[in-house]
Amino acid sequence: MHKQTIAGIRQSLTSGEYTSAELCQYLLDRINTSQINAFIDVNPEQALQAAAEADRIRASGSDSPLLGIPMAHKDIFCTNGIRTSCGSRMLENFIPPYDATVVEKLAAAGMVCLGKTNMDEFAMGSSNENSFFGPVSNPWDTTRVPGGSSGGSAAAVAARLVPVTTGTDTGGSIRQPAAFCGITGIKPTYGRVSRYGMIAFASSLDQGGVFATTAEDCALVLQEMAGFDERDSTSIDREVDNYCEGLNQSLKGLKVGLPRQYFSSDLAAPIAESLQQAIAELETLGAEFKEIELKNQHLSVPAYYVVAPAECSSNLSRFDGVRYGYRCENPVDLEDLYKRSRGEGFGREVKRRILIGTYALSAGYYDAYYLKAQKIRNLISQDFSNAFSEVDVILGPTTPTPAFSLGEKSDDPVAMYLNDIFTIPANLAGLPGISVPCGQVDNLPIGMQLVGNYFKEAQLLNMAHQFQQATDWHTKMPESVV
Amino acid sequence: MAVDAKVVAEVAHLARLQIDEKLVEEYASEMTKVLALAETMDDIDTSNVEPMAHPTHAVQRLRDDQVTESNRREQFQAIAPAVEGGHYLVPQVIE
Repeated sequence: MHKQTIAGIRQSLTSGEYTSAELCQYLLDRINTSQINAFIDVNPEQALQAAAEADRIRASGSDSPLLGIPMAHKDIFCTNGIRTSCGSRMLENFIPPYDATVVEKLAAAGMVCLGKTNMDEFAMGSSNENSFFGPVSNPWDTTRVPGGSSGGSAAAVAARLVPVTTGTDTGGSIRQPAAFCGITGIKPTYGRVSRYGMIAFASSLDQGGVFATTAEDCALVLQEMAGFDERDSTSIDREVDNYCEGLNQSLKGLKVGLPRQYFSSDLAAPIAESLQQAIAELETLGAEFKEIELKNQHLSVPAYYVVAPAECSSNLSRFDGVRYGYRCENPVDLEDLYKRSRGEGFGREVKRRILIGTYALSAGYYDAYYLKAQKIRNLISQDFSNAFSEVDVILGPTTPTPAFSLGEKSDDPVAMYLNDIFTIPANLAGLPGISVPCGQVDNLPIGMQLVGNYFKEAQLLNMAHQFQQATDWHTKMPESVV
Repeated sequence: MAVDAKVVAEVAHLARLQIDEKLVEEYASEMTKVLALAETMDDIDTSNVEPMAHPTHAVQRLRDDQVTESNRREQFQAIAPAVEGGHYLVPQVIE
């Protein structure tokens, strides 16, 4: 039962093959014996209670699509009464007094949350090695990283511990781990999913999304997550498309752009070959391809590593050891309280980014770094809008390589940052993107990234679903999954 | 821009962030590398480009001035490190 998609589970629940409580107990047992450290907390009591409630609702005649479906939240989403650590010592004992909007909505849809998944501290990282709760192993090869920052969420789905997880994506934190773990992950348009109760890292880039094994499952869950929320000042007041309705539309005549800059000679040969095969497959499905230019693409990593740290340094100033979170022992005065609480509560990468961000925003440097980066961001965004005047969707690799080894890049921040080169541009422009499994190198999965125009999530899901109807990469799972 | 130990100390103070003495040089070298990466943006002339503040150019939404939040002080203070009589406690700041 752990290999089923949402549609499969729903059928089994409806036919009475098993109950949600039975399924959840079965998955909780799998999580408990799993060795990949995908979860920070498992909440069996609350989960089984919610599952029993879903079973009661079903018995009374309801059959809403997500009723009784198990899931897990990235530990960045606040859960009322349940520890939300954000992967940090700073919030090791933080029990939120409220639910994030995403948590509230999925619970209202009848989903059952089994626990909270591991992540890079405050979502800063591309390997999940920056978690206070230890690294996560990639289920395809446990000596490798699952990607980050939503590494636990991606690994949990890949290991078939849970069919669906939530994630957040600031520079690729959904799409990159989805690619490394061989699953499907979508980051919607900025402002489509509420950020209320989603612990802030870089507020102009952060966006919540979903992981599952198929685009269809992503569509079902995103449908419930998306929508306007007056409690998030950047939430967009616009009707949500029907993501499931369009899944079976033909791709005939769909115009797909291939950025010349993505398919340069620098792209690793096995990734280029997998993408060429995917392109050929999509061509037989009726999609039309065309080379496009994203000429300022190479500046996205530099711009991002100014904008994101700057916003992080501002956002994380709230952690001061006074109102909630970690407080140092025996502070001698207020300044000592601030400095040691923050110094001891934050890990290495978070401190590095606070320093860079503080520097970039400090008097005399603001124009040279932050303002410059915001201007570059505009150029990158214009490149996309020019491209979208010619094509519907942009296709490329999600990552430059498959999953790398634990420890391989942890000594060199710039090498780690460059891993996000293909995912960052969509965040800078606020565009939706999805990563879909499209091949393998040495038994490690590879992801194909599709980027759409603003609010074109339905189109991305349709294209990903059609690709998955014609291929079987998304059905492949790690050998450890039996 | 090369960052040295002195700059790291200044920035750490601005951020009210205690840094392990032993790691100051490492932070300096890492910050230098990241800023060098940032400086590759200087290759492009942006004097006529507007800075982008919001991905979809949205403006701040306003709402009516109505009370929307209830008082949940006790609940919020239950998760604070130190409180007394409804106040958050910090080391003495006034002699």
